Amino acid sequence: MENLFYFLSSLTLLCALMVVISKNPVHSIIFLIITFFTISGHYILLNAQFLAAVNIIVYAGAIMVLFLFVIMFLNMGKDERDQKTSVITKITGAIAGGLLFVVMIAALKDATLQPVDVDNFNSQIGMVENLGQLLFTKYILPFELASVLFLVAMVGAVMLGKKETGERHF
Amino acid sequence: MESVDLIYKAIYILVIFGITLLIATYSTYFERKIAAFIQDRVGPNRAGPAGLLQPLADAGKLFFKEDFIPAKANKALFVIGPGIAMLVATMSSAVIPFGENLIVDGREIWLQAINVNIGVLYVFGVVSLGVYGLMIGGWASNNKFSLLGAIRAASQNISYELAMGLSLIAVLMMTGSLSLREIAEQQHGFNWNIWYQPLGFIIFLICAFAETNRTPFDLPESEAELIGGYHTEYGSMKLGMYLFAEYINIFVASAVMATLYFGAYNFPFMLELEAWLADMLDSVVAANNIVTMIGVGVMFAKIFFFIFFFMWVRWTLPRFRYDQLMKLGWQILIPLAILNVVLTGGAILLKEHLF
Repeated sequence: MENLFYFLSSLTLLCALMVVISKNPVHSIIFLIITFFTISGHYILLNAQFLAAVNIIVYAGAIMVLFLFVIMFLNMGKDERDQKTSVITKITGAIAGGLLFVVMIAALKDATLQPVDVDNFNSQIGMVENLGQLLFTKYILPFELASVLFLVAMVGAVMLGKKETGERHF
Repeated sequence: MESVDLIYKAIYILVIFGITLLIATYSTYFERKIAAFIQDRVGPNRAGPAGLLQPLADAGKLFFKEDFIPAKANKALFVIGPGIAMLVATMSSAVIPFGENLIVDGREIWLQAINVNIGVLYVFGVVSLGVYGLMIGGWASNNKFSLLGAIRAASQNISYELAMGLSLIAVLMMTGSLSLREIAEQQHGFNWNIWYQPLGFIIFLICAFAETNRTPFDLPESEAELIGGYHTEYGSMKLGMYLFAEYINIFVASAVMATLYFGAYNFPFMLELEAWLADMLDSVVAANNIVTMIGVGVMFAKIFFFIFFFMWVRWTLPRFRYDQLMKLGWQILIPLAILNVVLTGGAILLKEHLF
């Protein structure tokens, strides 16, 4: 089990790095999809099958298809690849990345692992029944608020995509 | 899990894998036979008796053709595309319950490869990944027609996934479980979901046609406008893999429809038959096994009916126009599916309060 965890973790980190390193945007997206799969693997290791499946359906199955869709539509990759990055961009990038690194070190320096109560730990906590019980009792307000937020976003998207009067459509 | 169980499971998974490939192979033959029947022709009849060896001849031809990769194509992705299509297509049959349990040496063997309590979501997730094979292949070909086919495939799959998910929710509300085995068990005898969810089934059926890229929704590969869509540049067995994946998808979609709406392996009077057999043979185990095997036969009969239905529709209906397809998905099917969810919820509440 532990070996599996290390294998998945290294694969996750490798694919996440490749997302950034890849020159071709389509390759980046494919590595991002693999990253989502490995994260779902982590969820399964934690016995949270529902989260694993939903992660695949929502992120790998829907959002990434849209990403790929847009990048294919724009047909990116050819022209951008040859452009040289200027020295100033490189310096600012290095400074910003270094600052983020310092902040992360400062935040994680004193972090310790919380001890887990092995005897009283409920291994079924990630199952869909328990998750549903929690969502619809204890966390009902945040859950409903999130759904309202989605509705607002959806109505906004429909409004933006709507044809205006007099606008010509080919 | 004990090693004996593991061996049984491995054998079962291999058998299901083999059956999936066999059915997909012979679907190509029956597609042409049924097309011939509908158009009043003879169909393939040269290779073997009644043309039964035609799929083997086709496979042989495809394997020995020149494996050509276009010069400007993205080579790695061009090769991976059909592989992904094939991999994803064969994945989803893992959670489908093809039968009840067999009892061998006092050991129960469930005729389902893996029983997860999120079976429906697993199928849904795998189906939503199916589009990557087409998209990556279409893009990697570096051909405008392929790219257009890939983009059509992506937008079509996303649009119809929504209506499909919403029509599934009504079934899940009724059964209260995400496990396909439990859904199958609740439809015992003749208590099939289709009697309660006719509208949901029709929505699901239409979406299944769209998800498998079959006529009248085969716009990603419409030969009249896009030459061949996403597989324009493909030849030899790589093209064969794409076509093969489509037939496996049809098989899996048929199996899922049979499981969700047509009672999976259940058939009327199965309890009576089991009791009568147990009486006749004086053995509960034998009766159970015989009824299970009949159930497997019934399941496959239902699957074959749906595969036939897919082919029947293909050779009967013309193709949609692209804007009609989008309009049907977003403006008709999704509102209908939401109406179905509301009606189902109302009916469940009414039933609780009145009876």
